[in-house]
Amino acid sequence: MSGRAALLTASAGLAAMHLAALGAGFLAPYGPTEQNRSLPYAPPTRLHLVDADGRFRWRPVVYPLARSRAGATYEEDRLQSYPVLFLVRDGPGAPAGRVHLFGVEEPARVFLLGTDGFGRDQFSRLLHGAQISLFAGLLATALSLGVGWLLGTLAGYYGRWLDAILMRSAELFLALPWLYLLFTVRSMLPLHVSPGQAFLLMVLVIGLVDWARPARLVRGVVLSARERNYVLAARGFGASDLYLIRRHIAPQTFGLLLTQAALLAPQYILAEVTLSFLGLGVSEPVPSWGNMLAELQHYHVLASYWWMWVPGLALVAVFLAYYALSEALHLLAGPTST
Amino acid sequence: MARLARRVVHGFLLLVGVSVLSFVLVELAPGDYFAEMRLDPRISEATVRALRVRYGLDRPLPERYLRWVASLARGELGYSFAYGQPVGPLLWPRVRNTLLLTGTANGLAWMLAVPLGAWWATRRRGVADAGLAGLTAILLALPDLVLALGLLLLAVRTGWFPAGGMVSLGHEQMSAGERLRDVAAHLVLPVTALVLGILPVLVRYVRASVADALGAPFVRAARAHGIPEVRVVLRHALPAAANPLISLFGLSLAGLLSTSLLVEVVMSWPGLGPLMLEAILARDFYLVLGPVLASTLLLVGGNLLADALLLAVDPRIRSEET
Repeated sequence: MSGRAALLTASAGLAAMHLAALGAGFLAPYGPTEQNRSLPYAPPTRLHLVDADGRFRWRPVVYPLARSRAGATYEEDRLQSYPVLFLVRDGPGAPAGRVHLFGVEEPARVFLLGTDGFGRDQFSRLLHGAQISLFAGLLATALSLGVGWLLGTLAGYYGRWLDAILMRSAELFLALPWLYLLFTVRSMLPLHVSPGQAFLLMVLVIGLVDWARPARLVRGVVLSARERNYVLAARGFGASDLYLIRRHIAPQTFGLLLTQAALLAPQYILAEVTLSFLGLGVSEPVPSWGNMLAELQHYHVLASYWWMWVPGLALVAVFLAYYALSEALHLLAGPTST
Repeated sequence: MARLARRVVHGFLLLVGVSVLSFVLVELAPGDYFAEMRLDPRISEATVRALRVRYGLDRPLPERYLRWVASLARGELGYSFAYGQPVGPLLWPRVRNTLLLTGTANGLAWMLAVPLGAWWATRRRGVADAGLAGLTAILLALPDLVLALGLLLLAVRTGWFPAGGMVSLGHEQMSAGERLRDVAAHLVLPVTALVLGILPVLVRYVRASVADALGAPFVRAARAHGIPEVRVVLRHALPAAANPLISLFGLSLAGLLSTSLLVEVVMSWPGLGPLMLEAILARDFYLVLGPVLASTLLLVGGNLLADALLLAVDPRIRSEET
């Protein structure tokens, strides 16, 4: 695949994932916190094209689930079939009557990826959790690169004592293994916060902790850009610092920022997932891929219900897409820039 | 030697800086261990205040820092409120366990990465090249968390390895040899997780630097002299490629420490990770600082080790000084 085609494929894949997360309210058949206490760990609902009577159905049908006598397994109740409906409106009981892409009539349920221990639809939670996990990563990347860019440019452009101070403190931040640093900063923030606050806290913590790496890289680029002849010429014509940075120096750093973003975003997504997994991030009942995966810490869930692994698989897909993106960017940028 | 001495001083200053930084960060936290206590109606306000005075929490920040440094010098590292004892004795066995885990993993990963990467560098294009590229790409895309959970699943399903912890029940009664084997069996799973996590990065680095060295004129000269290819790679290219790799050795330890924090929690390995998590959840100040400082110490130590190795291996650096 040529570089350009690979770049397009990777960005299209990422865009699709982020759009799916944004449209979670519409794409997901259920709310992320909607419980079905009678259906814990239900397997993914089977969509039948051929119903119990052996007739072919253009519109797939599902059967309601019933627990077996022993209560350990589920079986389909084949008495009545329920066709999958598209563009269904929430029932009158629901608080916000929104339209969903698909759904079935009660008492049947459509759980594309099964349910968790509270009988909540994994598919809906996956999409809603993506809103938190993917966008926490994206916002933290923007924050970290923004701060890193600003400090790196200042250090590289003005040099002297400012450079010395900034780079020494960057070394300090880099001297700690980064997950430990993340934990230390997290430990200074309140533990019990609402999910919204937790989301913002995590974005801030992840984004601010890691400013040192981009700052060092940006500084290097700025240092060399500052001495270019056209910059010196513009300075000779009396251009202000702000103009020089905006017009001549900042554009030199954008390529670096882009490649760094593709590298850092998956790391930060994983950081959010890790924090939530360990109970230091977004907490139940609001889903994040991290706290969804936390259920796997129970051995019986780990070994028995494969659909509980789905957030992990989604994470791998996101990682692959970002990895492909950064490879493609590298290929396009050529071997000269890192 | 002067270079090494400079690095030791630098490392020490870094440690001091990190201690100040982390102390201030942790101290800035709203609410402390005793604030949680205040919620308990059985404990009076006066008791809490007396406790705070007793542990010196009412003093200004610089004084508290100095007191903490003094207790560092005594090897106590402050006082854990939750455990009711100095942090030091709690910390050391954890440091030993984390070091055992990351040290084994780092050694193993490098022992695998160097031959694999060097071999890969000699295979330009072809099945092996594409295969290794694909394999490392997949491993790179596997998040550490998923990797650790996957290995745990393997252990739970097959029962080949113990699925967590560091020792079995009845470890105390075993003979020395059995104990060693017991710990080794428990090491398999977390070490595999760490090695698989860092291996693709290392292999790619080794390949890149060996491939670089293979393109150098002296390698062509060696080949022209009819020296066999294996000897060219091992005797001529690999030493020339060693310099960036040894620098990476120090960095790989840092990466491993971070990953190990997570792996330790998932696989309940009694290292620094679970201790720190527990301390954060309990708001136990000094117990949070202990693992932070210990991990920095390990990191600085790893970098110093890399520096010393570099000095021993690379004659160009030795001659720089004279």
